[in-house]
Amino acid sequence: MSVSAFLRAMLTTLRQSWAGLRQWPASDVAPLVLFIVFALIPVFAGTGAEIYLLSLFTRVMIFAIAALALDLIVGYGALVSFGHAAFVGLGAYAVGILASHGISEILLALPLAIVVAGLFAFATGLVCLRTKGVYFIMITLAFGQMAFFTASSLAPYGGDDGLTIRARDTLLGFAILKNDRALYYAVFACLLGAYLLCRAIVGSRFGRVLRGARENPIRMASIGFEVFRYQLIAYVISGALAGLSGFLLANATSFVSPAYMSWQRSGELIIMVVFGGLGTLYGAIIGTAAFLLTEEWLSGLTEHWKVIFGPLLVLVVVFARGGLVGSAAKLAHWLGDDPVGRGKESAAAIQADILRRAQALRTLASGHSARLRPLMHTCCNGAGRAARRLRDEIAGLSSQLTRRFRGG
Amino acid sequence: MVEPVLHLENLRKNFGGLVVTDDVTFDVAPLELHAVIGPNGAGKTTLINQISGQIPCDAGQILFAGQDVTLLPVHSRAALGLARTFQITSVLPGFSALENVALAVQARSGTSLHFFGRADTEAALNDAAMAALADVDLADRAHVAAGHLSHGEKRALELAIALAMQPKLLLLDEPMAGAGREEAERLVAVLRRLKGRLPMVLVEHDMTAVFALADRISVLIYGRILASGAPDVVRKDPRVIAAYLGDEME
Repeated sequence: MSVSAFLRAMLTTLRQSWAGLRQWPASDVAPLVLFIVFALIPVFAGTGAEIYLLSLFTRVMIFAIAALALDLIVGYGALVSFGHAAFVGLGAYAVGILASHGISEILLALPLAIVVAGLFAFATGLVCLRTKGVYFIMITLAFGQMAFFTASSLAPYGGDDGLTIRARDTLLGFAILKNDRALYYAVFACLLGAYLLCRAIVGSRFGRVLRGARENPIRMASIGFEVFRYQLIAYVISGALAGLSGFLLANATSFVSPAYMSWQRSGELIIMVVFGGLGTLYGAIIGTAAFLLTEEWLSGLTEHWKVIFGPLLVLVVVFARGGLVGSAAKLAHWLGDDPVGRGKESAAAIQADILRRAQALRTLASGHSARLRPLMHTCCNGAGRAARRLRDEIAGLSSQLTRRFRGG
Repeated sequence: MVEPVLHLENLRKNFGGLVVTDDVTFDVAPLELHAVIGPNGAGKTTLINQISGQIPCDAGQILFAGQDVTLLPVHSRAALGLARTFQITSVLPGFSALENVALAVQARSGTSLHFFGRADTEAALNDAAMAALADVDLADRAHVAAGHLSHGEKRALELAIALAMQPKLLLLDEPMAGAGREEAERLVAVLRRLKGRLPMVLVEHDMTAVFALADRISVLIYGRILASGAPDVVRKDPRVIAAYLGDEME
């Protein structure tokens, strides 16, 4: 076998496997790969750097839950919340305050974290969701800051300095989160659950209404949907999920502080979602991982890592519209582009069109008077012949094209 | 007399000092196609917006299907069976034509507080949506994104969305506006098919379409109803000719 033939066979195989891979949509493959990687991290992490890698990825997954929650309302509802860190903080404070009173039961702390965050979302959502666009951003920011300053002034619970938690929460007295690996897999399970939940919501009847309201709220009202109601429910679900992330964060760090609720944190969450790609859910997870890992890497290089990180973010937003997921899709499209196939497709369409028109002409002719009929038939036969000639020519051209591209 | 589907009683609306709806009393009988015509700025679209609830009324009363809806919000009126199309096309551009209509079916069939189970494979929704698309000759474009449809197709899609709501009354705000000759003829054919199936209020500038379709015509000028009656009566009314038809009909 000659070298060129071998190379050609290689190329064909590559193309075929690429085409095979493309049978599955990216929205199924990407999250699958992501979760497999997350599941294997503790296995890959040997013994030396294990603690470091485990805690880093625990953090990534915890923030990914918050980013998912944010993507649900920003990506699918066009509700840009600039106060989402408040929900995370509330969840964390639920754990911290309970712990400071000696209560560290998961069955109490977890529901409390979720319910408190959800209630805060409900109460603030009633006000925020009356506004649109920039006003919505500003008012969610305002509520976020209110939560931040309230936490800062909680003198019995550490005030500005925050609150150290002595031990992780327990389940009915069993310290199931004590082991770092156990905590890692607990967080993993929560992220998987949150992802599947959001994915179900987005495709459901409810999600369709939410997406519809993003597209055109006036149209939605005039077919009978009270948009506000659906947006409020989505906002509460999103807040509650962020509360779950706060519960996990407090347990992972054994520490709670007002900084969890700062507006910078809310901004970071938005950046994570935009970085990964809005409205894809798994993009939020990818964005969080990319954000936190880049931050980790750069801060290891230099003390002034923010000087590099800032412009990097600007570049991503300017040049990679649609975030990392959008750029990957563009790349895949470019790789999978098949000009010959496209040419053949349009040639077939043209051919079908000509034949259809000729047939229509013939039908028309048969309906006419006997005197006109022979003339019409001559015309039709001419058209039919022309169509056939054109079809043959197109077929010849496309096979030439195929030979040139495929080198056959 | 049969009870009208829609009854407006002394409806008023001012924009600042400008009276746009001036004491309008108007009704639509069951299965009637009632056209509203008038020059630009006569307040036709404002009237439609008041009926559908986009614009609140300053005074007067709107009775729909025997119920006072004057103070109800848009979505409640829609839920009662009041459907409309917009003068400037209003669809969900990122949704397929089918999904646009399926959403309207969803609005009237069961709760939308389903968080699990895919909506896009619900046969009941899709079948009813396909039927509505077929009603406006759009079935073969069902899977095209609404944003990629031609102008005339978007107008037809709006009609399909309204039909899918199985409304008790259909408000059509200049459905032919911006449509080409051929598209306008297709829309007239569609409306002619729908006529007799449900009552409609048609605001339109295309006089050929109006006189071909309407059972009754009301002429609106400066927010007032100048004349109201059968097409032949309105066509010959000297006041209407002087005020409006004169410049358009030969």
